[in-house]
Amino acid sequence: MEEKLSLQEWIGLAEHKNISFGDFCIEFQARELEISQEELLSRMETLLQVMEQSVEIGLSGIKSMGGLVGGNGKLVEEYRREHPRESVVGTVMSKAIMIALAVGEANASMGRIVAAPTAGASGTLPAVLFSLSEAKGCSRSEIAKALVVAGAIGMVIASRATLSGAAGGCQAECGSAGAMAAGAAVELYGGSPDQVGQAAAMTLKNMMGLVCDPVAGLVEVPCVKRNAGAVATAMVAAEMALAGIKSVIPVDEVIDVMAAVGNTMPCSLKETAQGGIAVSPTGLALAKEIFVSS
Amino acid sequence: MNIFDVIGPVMIGPSSSHTAGAVRLGNLALAILGEPVKEAVIGLHGSFAQTYKGHGTDLALAAGLQGWATDDARIPKSFDAVRQAGITIAFKIINLGDLAHPNSVKFWLTGVNGHTRQVIGTSIGGGRVSVTNIDDFPVEFSGEFPAIITMHNDRPGAIALVTSILSSHGVNVAQMRVFRKQKGGLAVMIVETDQPVDDAEVEVISKLPHITSVRRIQLG
Repeated sequence: MEEKLSLQEWIGLAEHKNISFGDFCIEFQARELEISQEELLSRMETLLQVMEQSVEIGLSGIKSMGGLVGGNGKLVEEYRREHPRESVVGTVMSKAIMIALAVGEANASMGRIVAAPTAGASGTLPAVLFSLSEAKGCSRSEIAKALVVAGAIGMVIASRATLSGAAGGCQAECGSAGAMAAGAAVELYGGSPDQVGQAAAMTLKNMMGLVCDPVAGLVEVPCVKRNAGAVATAMVAAEMALAGIKSVIPVDEVIDVMAAVGNTMPCSLKETAQGGIAVSPTGLALAKEIFVSS
Repeated sequence: MNIFDVIGPVMIGPSSSHTAGAVRLGNLALAILGEPVKEAVIGLHGSFAQTYKGHGTDLALAAGLQGWATDDARIPKSFDAVRQAGITIAFKIINLGDLAHPNSVKFWLTGVNGHTRQVIGTSIGGGRVSVTNIDDFPVEFSGEFPAIITMHNDRPGAIALVTSILSSHGVNVAQMRVFRKQKGGLAVMIVETDQPVDDAEVEVISKLPHITSVRRIQLG
């Protein structure tokens, strides 16, 4: 068994060097991969391009394979255009919601996406990265650096817990995507290494216990909208962390607890479509319809 | 695990196991056949059988059998390419038994040169896959490393000759397994290597005594 990674340890190393968590992760990951820091960032920028294309796919009037989602990102886009002063959550968050839905819907309709960390949770990171970087006017390499931070958080979660809904429920998929996005948001806004960890911890705590209950077993309902939910949770946590609020429970412990909660979750709530909203009367009826038509 | 396992891969949705994994299983089955596919019957088991339409698993398997990558934007239209290439692919629902992984598939393949192969594989999650059976030989390999697969007669020295050719070309064996049904009969050997095996080495190995076929596995 490989030794577990520790986010706290990495944060400590970044603090010791007195550099941002992003700079630490780039240095560290480039060394691990035996590539230059420029190469690492350029590969991240390529992934950012794919993410941007998947937003476009999602807003282009698509329908998912199972027919349960498609067009929701577009609805938010239209609402933003037609009601510019009536956003409940503010224009930045509303843009993030639009992106999260669009990418989730691109994924559900066989569009090309970056699994980050998974296909089902692929809307969360692009949503947070693109909405915040636009609001703050970040450079391309700053966004790429934030993506490296997200990746580092995801590596620790994969090592101590899981990123798979089948193994840990939605808390492990959208929850992890949210934690990664929250850390990335803190990095984009110039937060400290410690604040990156606090944001990740608070996101995971606020999504603790979320089950994976896809209707008909498809990555459509509730997956697409859960990405928008993860975005909101991530942004709330990032805001709290930047304000100096700390998670009472340290981040590595929160990740371990998420793993333990996932292990105690019954199989019916881990991507098997045998529990949760998948077995609501409407969920079951939809599943029957989809299977009959296939 | 590295950072690009977490931020990535780039793939066609919606599911790493039911879509990306299905493409990779098609890629592996194609490599095991060793020539372009002419006819394929594809049996879907378990969750693959129940949810293949909604995940595009059928499109992904057809794409994989044509050698496409998991991020190929043509995957949603892979049946069109199949038709244009004159390939016949038929799908059926099968039951591989209670012990089989829910995301399992069986291929009955015929190549353009008339070779046939049966391959069973499983999508184990996150796009990772495992081939579990080739022509009724229970095997196990992931395609994550470059590999060669030989069919050979189970005789003393048959294996040593293969590994000696690899080592003389500077190819290090990472993992190796031999599967046989009975002593002295036909055996399957899977050699996973740290370096890719090139055409020249495959050619030399194919001419060795006791070797009946060699296939090279090298996924992107």
